[in-house]
Amino acid sequence: MMKRREFIASASALALGTLAAPTIARAQGTSLKVGTYGGYFEESFKKHIYPDFTAATGIEVDSIAEPTGEAWLVQLQQAARAGQAPADVSMMAQVARIRGERAGLWAELDRGAMTNVDNLPEHFVHAYEDGRFYGTGAVAWYIALVTNTDVYPEAPESWAALWDPANENSLGLLALASNSFLLEITATTHFGGTDILATEEGVLEVMNKLAEVKPNVRLWYRDEGQFQQALETGEIPMGQYYHDVTGLAAADGKPVRSTFPKEGAVLDSGSWVVSKASDALEASQVFIDYMSQPEIQSKLSRFVGTAPTIPRDMTDLTDEEFAAVSSDLPPILPRYELYVDKADWVNQKWSEIVTG
Amino acid sequence: MSGLRQKPTPGWLPFLPAAWLVVFFLVPFAIMLTVSVAHRVQGGFYEPGFEFDSYMRFFSVFFGRILLTSVLISVGAAVICVLLAFPFTLGLARMNKRGQTLVLVILLSVLSLSEVIIGFSLSTLLSKTAGIGNLFAALGVTEESRAYTPSLFALMAGMCYLALPYSVLVLYPPVSRLDPELGEAARMMGASPFQAFRTITVPMLRKPMMGALILVFVFTLGIYLLPQVLGQPQHWTLSVHITDQAIFQSNLPFAAAMAVFLLLVSLAMVGLSLLLGRDKGGGA
Repeated sequence: MMKRREFIASASALALGTLAAPTIARAQGTSLKVGTYGGYFEESFKKHIYPDFTAATGIEVDSIAEPTGEAWLVQLQQAARAGQAPADVSMMAQVARIRGERAGLWAELDRGAMTNVDNLPEHFVHAYEDGRFYGTGAVAWYIALVTNTDVYPEAPESWAALWDPANENSLGLLALASNSFLLEITATTHFGGTDILATEEGVLEVMNKLAEVKPNVRLWYRDEGQFQQALETGEIPMGQYYHDVTGLAAADGKPVRSTFPKEGAVLDSGSWVVSKASDALEASQVFIDYMSQPEIQSKLSRFVGTAPTIPRDMTDLTDEEFAAVSSDLPPILPRYELYVDKADWVNQKWSEIVTG
Repeated sequence: MSGLRQKPTPGWLPFLPAAWLVVFFLVPFAIMLTVSVAHRVQGGFYEPGFEFDSYMRFFSVFFGRILLTSVLISVGAAVICVLLAFPFTLGLARMNKRGQTLVLVILLSVLSLSEVIIGFSLSTLLSKTAGIGNLFAALGVTEESRAYTPSLFALMAGMCYLALPYSVLVLYPPVSRLDPELGEAARMMGASPFQAFRTITVPMLRKPMMGALILVFVFTLGIYLLPQVLGQPQHWTLSVHITDQAIFQSNLPFAAAMAVFLLLVSLAMVGLSLLLGRDKGGGA
């Protein structure tokens, strides 16, 4: 069961957790609360990553299951106002990370004390506008074109399959502009790249093109579990979904496949950030530094199924292992600023033109 | 002093629920009102303020249509529920005590199911690969299996499943207290069974039926999960959009403004129906 970015199951548990947010008595700063997306992600981290971290550093990890980015962001913000940190370190999706940055929610970190951060490419090293360093890329994942192998014996080659009239009423797509990145997919497939999204006219043109897929869409999903099950049974045989979990489901013998279309798959990522209300800054830095090591990034790819945030040649992943989590094809990169700076406008137009 | 002693309940008792209401209903409501006029910071959260921007954004054709959809879906669910519950409850009241208890217990047990479980069960039942579509195909009713979800039908089925027990529970006490001799008297005076039903039973139960309608209407207005699971985007109600704004867009002022508006609309609808019910009752 994959509930990484799902909110329904964990939202209520989270609300309770925040209300109760106990100021857990820390034994001289040797315990660290780390939040990751509840369900599959959190379980994998707890099983494969945290025990070794504790063995290496002596810091106990108190694992927190968080809901999808935005909801957790609101909770962290409300808690920080009351001087509470439901988690010290949190994994945050990019739009939520940038919103937190704008609100000054993330604690400044001492980069000098975190030498492994140098392994990361510049776009995975996050800093405030004035240069204060506050976080790093944690894991990356791809949103790819997925199909049920019983219904589609041949894998589709292009995102253009979404527009194919032959696929009427058979697609499952993410319901929101800011987590589906369908605008970027449409722009790359039909307008030669995402540059067209730089202007409002361009965004509207792309939305109108995307609206042409409506007759093919059976389900606009917010809840991942809902689509994954329908994909596995063939009820909704095609759609966009996470490459990593589709691979895990296929390895389990489910009739599903994930394809990197020729236009590329969407590369999205989660980052480590620390709430400014946290009083475990030092332990947080040790944790983030530890996670930026090549061995740990390789281990994440093998056991959690995520793509590494460091360059491939630093890892010791075999070709097969790398292919399972990533691709050498140039990815489609989300234009996160669109969902931050023009959030309300994009959301309104999206509701009117695409899902409306 | 003797007067006080005769009271069956202590005088301070009503203050407990009143205080409870103030703390857990009025205070959160006041917070919601405050947030709804706060200043939305694009790309951030919100700051304290006093402005009506969030309300202004709501006054558009787009949201007007969503509001209308929400109200129509809830009215539809309320009418269907009461139309089903009314004959059901009349039949229930004619059963022996044991049968009545059994049916009521089963009905109450439905209330323990969550919206999530009902939504996913129905979407499986109405699916192409595992649902009744296969049964119809096997029986030769349809040529091949098809899906009946997401659709307005699926959404209505889900909402009525959730709300039917409430309408039966509202109708059951007055129906079971209904004096059977009234109907018999009408029959003896020459009325047909249908005439007796129309002129005696229905008028006497007008108020409880109105109560059941209002209850189901208000109850289904707040449902936000079923439209996502069982409905198409055009069936996404205002509650779904409030959830989107609050959880996915971090736009709490707009979410709060929509929630305040939804509350006002449901109050207005309840008031209107009470008013209509009273006029008809007076005229009859």
